Amino acid sequence: MENVAPHPLQRRQRKSDTVLFGATGLATLLILAMLAVLVLDVVIGGAKTVTWSFLSEAPTHGMTAGGILPAIVGTVALTLMMTLAAVPAGVATAVYLTEYARPSSLVARAIRVCISNLAGVPSIVFGLFGLGFFVSTVGRGIDKAFYAGHLTYGKPALIWAALTLAILTLPVVVVATEEALRSVPRELRDASLALGATRFQTVFRVVLPHALGGILTGAILAVSRGSGEVAPIMFTGVAYFLPYLPKYPNDQFMNLGYHVYVLATQSPDVDRTKPLLYGTVLVLLGLTFLLNLAAIVIRARMRRRLLA
Amino acid sequence: MAVSTSPVAGIERTGARELSLTRRARWGEALGEGAVKLIALTSIASVVLILIFVGKEALPVLTSSEVHKELTFGGMFRPSAAGYVWQPVSEVPKYNIVPLFVGTLKVTIVSLFVAVPLSVAAAVFVAEFAGKTMREIIKPAIELLAGIPSVVVGFFALVVLATWVQSVFGTEHRLNTLVAGVALSFAIMPVVFSVSEDALRAVPDSYRQAAIALGSTKSQVVLRVVLPAAAPGIAASVVLGFGRAIGETMIVILATGNAALLDADLGHSVRTVTATIAQELGEVVVGSAHYHLLFFLGALLFLSTLVVNAGGERIVTGMRRKLGGGG
Repeated sequence: MENVAPHPLQRRQRKSDTVLFGATGLATLLILAMLAVLVLDVVIGGAKTVTWSFLSEAPTHGMTAGGILPAIVGTVALTLMMTLAAVPAGVATAVYLTEYARPSSLVARAIRVCISNLAGVPSIVFGLFGLGFFVSTVGRGIDKAFYAGHLTYGKPALIWAALTLAILTLPVVVVATEEALRSVPRELRDASLALGATRFQTVFRVVLPHALGGILTGAILAVSRGSGEVAPIMFTGVAYFLPYLPKYPNDQFMNLGYHVYVLATQSPDVDRTKPLLYGTVLVLLGLTFLLNLAAIVIRARMRRRLLA
Repeated sequence: MAVSTSPVAGIERTGARELSLTRRARWGEALGEGAVKLIALTSIASVVLILIFVGKEALPVLTSSEVHKELTFGGMFRPSAAGYVWQPVSEVPKYNIVPLFVGTLKVTIVSLFVAVPLSVAAAVFVAEFAGKTMREIIKPAIELLAGIPSVVVGFFALVVLATWVQSVFGTEHRLNTLVAGVALSFAIMPVVFSVSEDALRAVPDSYRQAAIALGSTKSQVVLRVVLPAAAPGIAASVVLGFGRAIGETMIVILATGNAALLDADLGHSVRTVTATIAQELGEVVVGSAHYHLLFFLGALLFLSTLVVNAGGERIVTGMRRKLGGGG
């Protein structure tokens, strides 16, 4: 047997296996290399800039020197407010879909269609919507009703940008929470109901605590997504430069992503701002990467626990 | 899985529950349920409100005589004496939207040419060749790629990629269609990859086993059995990638150069629909023809992504059904 030469056809086939393996492997490597080049470039370019004073000072000299503290504070305030709106709404939607509605019911199907549509709406359209609805309609309405027409809420503001982003990130929270709720064993619900708990008690005291990991994953992914979006906040609240930090929901704010855009396109002196630009990008990328990494780790742990 | 299908949950309806609950608890129950149901409608309300409020500002382009003094519906598509020109801020503003849509398509097509072969190949590698450990490294890495803010990718294209592309291809404009297309592929590769990989994994193993039993080699199994079976899902991944690409804003705003030129040269600068809205809405007079036209562009963009995404989703669910609910 050992001395029989492989059939010529067989040898060619094995070669084609190797070629396919090599080609697809190479494509995978190329994608990972693109990721690596981008990350390395940003890290190398920004490492020297990102110092404590860069993180803790405001921009100076027409934004050609100084730090990015207002942009960091603005981004944190924005995503915090967004999370306060998006997570409860997203969790309630997922609870309704998995615990209350029949999968075939018209309302449940309509919600699903809307969630997947929301996930596909271009972010700039959210910006248009936020301007047309929150700023011009809701904000102006509040001004007319409570502030005798004084311009208070009828202008771009932190709260309107946060609410716009909350709608944008709603699908992220819903999808992650639904997945987590589905992974809660049915026996737990049955046991709780058999002990006389109502459905609402079962959901809030048994199912949701069990799904906490998944909900957290969804919230983190939403924060990561929200902290990097620029287009939806351009007309709803972000400011080019502010000498003060935002204090009230109707204040404007600075934002890391928008700061990158401004430094990259509207700088009076490109060479002097380049280090600042790299530093800001590094902070933004570091922030979103850490959040994503946390989400990936929590999810992997959750899946492992589920399999065990 | 809805709890109502559970046999034990049926006890609720027998009245045993009524005995165990005080009136206050029953009120709380109803209130809680009502709140959950009401909040669950947020997504429907959002989609409806987006339609209404973007539509409301877009509609004057079709109906308002005030707007028609400055721009006509035909003039948005037909060339004027100067050709297809988008020049909203000039003595005689020109509002031809053809170059904007052609610009969006040009960049999108380039990005698909880069992203689709690479991501589908990577999906084949991960689904068919990679071991468990390798898969657990590659998939999160590509998820990380999806997590990069688009403004960061745009920055990278502007500062680094544009220089490389110009030194390699000697393009006329430093920021051009090619640079933007390659940068945009960063954003759509994760979409194409994950949908394709799902499609490949949804192909039942019995297909592979049958092919191997008939004497096929690995490459024959992949190319002649698995890929054809997953073809609709891969097509869907391309459609969804397209939908993502035409709506992307921050990458193209930084990488295209934003000149509304109408030609087929990949080395030339272009201006996309999204970048036009983002750059011009901030400076426009509220209520002017230009203002309404920008909302009109947004509405067109919104409707086209709705159609494209619905098409993509349909293919995916259709394939799941055909392959027996896998994935």
